[in-house]
Amino acid sequence: MNAIIVSALLGVILMFCSWGIKSPRLQKNITLVGFLVLIVANLAQLNGWYVIDFDTKGMLSFSRFGLYANTLLFIVTFLYIWINAEEVDQIGNQSGDFYALFFFILCGASILTSFDNLLMLFIGIEILSIPLYILTGADKKNLLSNEASLKYFLMGSFSTGILLLGIAFIYGATGSFRLQAPQIVPSQGFAMEQYLLSAGLILIFAAMNFKVSAAPFHFWTPDVYDGAPTVFTSFMATIVKSAAFVAFITVFHGQAKSLGNSWELLLSFVIVATMLVGNITAVFQRSVKRMLAYSSIAQAGFMLFALYGVSDFANEGILLYMVVYSLATIGIFGVLIKMKEYSFEAFHGLGKSHPLLAFLTTVFLMSLAGIPLTGGFFAKYYMLNALMVAGAGLWLVIVAILFAAISVYYYFRLIQAMYFVPGTPAIKEVDKTYTYKLLVIAILLLVLGVFPNLLFNYLYF
Amino acid sequence: MFLLSFLLIPIIAAIVLLFIKQDSKSQLIAVGAALLSLFAAFYILTNATGAFDAAWLPVLNSRFVLQADGLSKILILLTAIAFPAIFIATGKNIVNNKNVFLSLMLFTQAGLMGVFLAGDALLFYFFWELALIPVYFLCSIWGGEKRIAVTFKFFIYTFLGSLFMLIGIILVYSKTADHNFLIESFKHANLTTAQQAIAFALFFIAFAIKMPIFPLHTWQPDAYEQSPTAVTMVLSAVMVKMGLYGVIRWLLPLFPIAASSHAIMVIDLSVIGLLYASFIAIKQDDIKRLIAYSSIAHIGLMSATLFTNRIIGTQGVLIQLFSHGINVLGLWIIADIIEQQTGTRSMKNLGGLAKKQPTLAILLVAFAFANIALPLTNAFVGEFLMFNSLFQYNPWIAAAAGVSVVLAAIYTLNMVQKVAYGTMSEAVDKMVAPNKNAQGVLIVLIVIVFVTGVYPQPLFELTKDTLQQLFVK
Repeated sequence: MNAIIVSALLGVILMFCSWGIKSPRLQKNITLVGFLVLIVANLAQLNGWYVIDFDTKGMLSFSRFGLYANTLLFIVTFLYIWINAEEVDQIGNQSGDFYALFFFILCGASILTSFDNLLMLFIGIEILSIPLYILTGADKKNLLSNEASLKYFLMGSFSTGILLLGIAFIYGATGSFRLQAPQIVPSQGFAMEQYLLSAGLILIFAAMNFKVSAAPFHFWTPDVYDGAPTVFTSFMATIVKSAAFVAFITVFHGQAKSLGNSWELLLSFVIVATMLVGNITAVFQRSVKRMLAYSSIAQAGFMLFALYGVSDFANEGILLYMVVYSLATIGIFGVLIKMKEYSFEAFHGLGKSHPLLAFLTTVFLMSLAGIPLTGGFFAKYYMLNALMVAGAGLWLVIVAILFAAISVYYYFRLIQAMYFVPGTPAIKEVDKTYTYKLLVIAILLLVLGVFPNLLFNYLYF
Repeated sequence: MFLLSFLLIPIIAAIVLLFIKQDSKSQLIAVGAALLSLFAAFYILTNATGAFDAAWLPVLNSRFVLQADGLSKILILLTAIAFPAIFIATGKNIVNNKNVFLSLMLFTQAGLMGVFLAGDALLFYFFWELALIPVYFLCSIWGGEKRIAVTFKFFIYTFLGSLFMLIGIILVYSKTADHNFLIESFKHANLTTAQQAIAFALFFIAFAIKMPIFPLHTWQPDAYEQSPTAVTMVLSAVMVKMGLYGVIRWLLPLFPIAASSHAIMVIDLSVIGLLYASFIAIKQDDIKRLIAYSSIAHIGLMSATLFTNRIIGTQGVLIQLFSHGINVLGLWIIADIIEQQTGTRSMKNLGGLAKKQPTLAILLVAFAFANIALPLTNAFVGEFLMFNSLFQYNPWIAAAAGVSVVLAAIYTLNMVQKVAYGTMSEAVDKMVAPNKNAQGVLIVLIVIVFVTGVYPQPLFELTKDTLQQLFVK
């Protein structure tokens, strides 16, 4: 509750700041302070202290898991802005607007981590998405950015429509919008309702797959990620996707049993398709930015494992995965922003000219690939474990690791380009402080790679 | 607690090295650290050391457990001997960014030590991968012409293998009584026969790629050829032992039923690989490739013997792990001296070494004898025991494997003949005074070869406890 109210308020405040305050530096600092306030407010609720407390009549329910997910999202966003603020300033005329949009997106994210009612899911998704359409098109004079924004808007609103249709079907079947809807027993003459419920769930499944860019609903991802200004791609691929995943899990951990056996089939299909499309296509990309877009699809395939069954591993795993994946992606985009062009050739010789930056990039890539000593390893480990605990077939696990091996291929291509091919990298001026900020991210990843439990301790105590 | 020093010494030295720009200083630090590890290795040979046990990941019930029995100790000793030997013997080679090179080498050493010491499956996996990453960079940066593609193949191969092992670990973990990763719990995991077979396969793929066993060996000759020689030495003297170590430590004790029912398949593959590699070795002209294939053949014999699951054979493998490491190290050092001084590795262009550098030629002959396991050399004891065990298992298989001994004699002596004798070639004629450091190392190694060949008792004593664990229930 605190997070929803405070983030909305901060969004409004920042909107007015952009009108009154001209210095981008001041705006950035206000935003960062705002994030600290937001984190504190959220932690306060985690410890039982509310700004305003009222009965939401079953619209929202605040679990420790959801609130903790909020905290992690806010911390990651804080780091994101701390690193990328200067880049945000360079896009468009009024960076304060963007900061306001970030807060609105997080308001949507906080609803997505705490909804108890499908209508709130819908509202959360909309609050999350609409600012994103604007961010995608933020580079107003760039045709690609405009194209991406329009595409994203059209397809996004279409998928939201499907979501709404699904919700309506479920209401038709159960007479309730609640997540814990009354059970329908098909044998007692509720066959029609059972069909309706299944259809509704499948429609919601499709819409949520669109939001997390899982195949076969991924087609928007490469174009939008490629066209959007790189800073915002980094935000979309990480924080937004993570929030959508938390919502996805909340809906389906409760409801999946209504689909019976077909649920596993459906999910397995989506997982395999997502990993196939993401990994195989990423191998052939010439632009690092597009490669990362496809890799983000592939990573979504791994995150989908958490949906397979309810277990501690799934819940802890998705939190770990979203933090680790977000940090690594923010890091790698942080490097990418500084490149003059996004081809692999642009990275040639980076290992020699910018040793520290190249080393950090290596850490980020290794984490994405899931190599031990980086957080990515334990993230993948938890996901595989969740899958095994949920009783999935071993074949799915083996398919997953085959694709993980393929992912090493394209991540390491970048490492090869940096270290093993001589050349002059096409890189802009990078100041020391910026590199040190990225170093902080890399250190976080390495710490999580040895002690992932640091992240969970707070989930239980 | 003392066992932790095997990880800390190389890691600390490796980190320090990153900040030392001067070549001579960094060489000194690396050699110093490697010798320190060697002393530590001698210390645990003679003194009993308790296991190191600390909480690591309470959520997963994984513990940071390091423990050393005879098998660990013999491989630690090998690792601890190999690294200073490599550093000293190749110290004069010209390498760009020497400090980074040495630092990565020491990281590899830490990873290897961790693999040989880990008593917890997740920790084992962790070190298993950690040993690989620095090698990837070492080969890709300092390797030969085709290094990038070759190293990449090697990396993806082994990475995929270890991912299979990870699945195996998760599978067994889910069946342990109190959900932890300790090797003791893994041994008592409640697996059905079918599950054991699956888990066996998953672990086996990882170890088979690392050893490598026949159809999965294709990465190896290329990787050995393209790596800088110092790294090739690590790869073939120590790193391939990781696969065999995995079989002895994890595969056989964890899945005894599956191991015995799949034994015949593994033995067949190993023997096929053994013969195949021996035949290819005969046709090689490049010394490095020849040694690489010869190494595949030796490993094939060891893995075949392990799966016969007989006490004498396993005893043979345990000491052969050490002996093979020493022998192949010696051969690589000689090959490196020849390559550094003549600029070629092709046997066609070599010849007459005995006239130009008699000491080196004598050493070459001695190591060649050890490579074909002549009596009095260290390899004889191990191979004798291994063939004995194979013969007990199945005489036909022993006969087929026995052909490899003849083939080994053919290719090894052929190499000696072409390199050491024959007409003096231009390349050899250019050779300058031998590298004193390298020759010193070689002499130390040859002393080990003959001492353990004549008096292998200490090695038997060292590995007694492992054998007891494996065979006395």
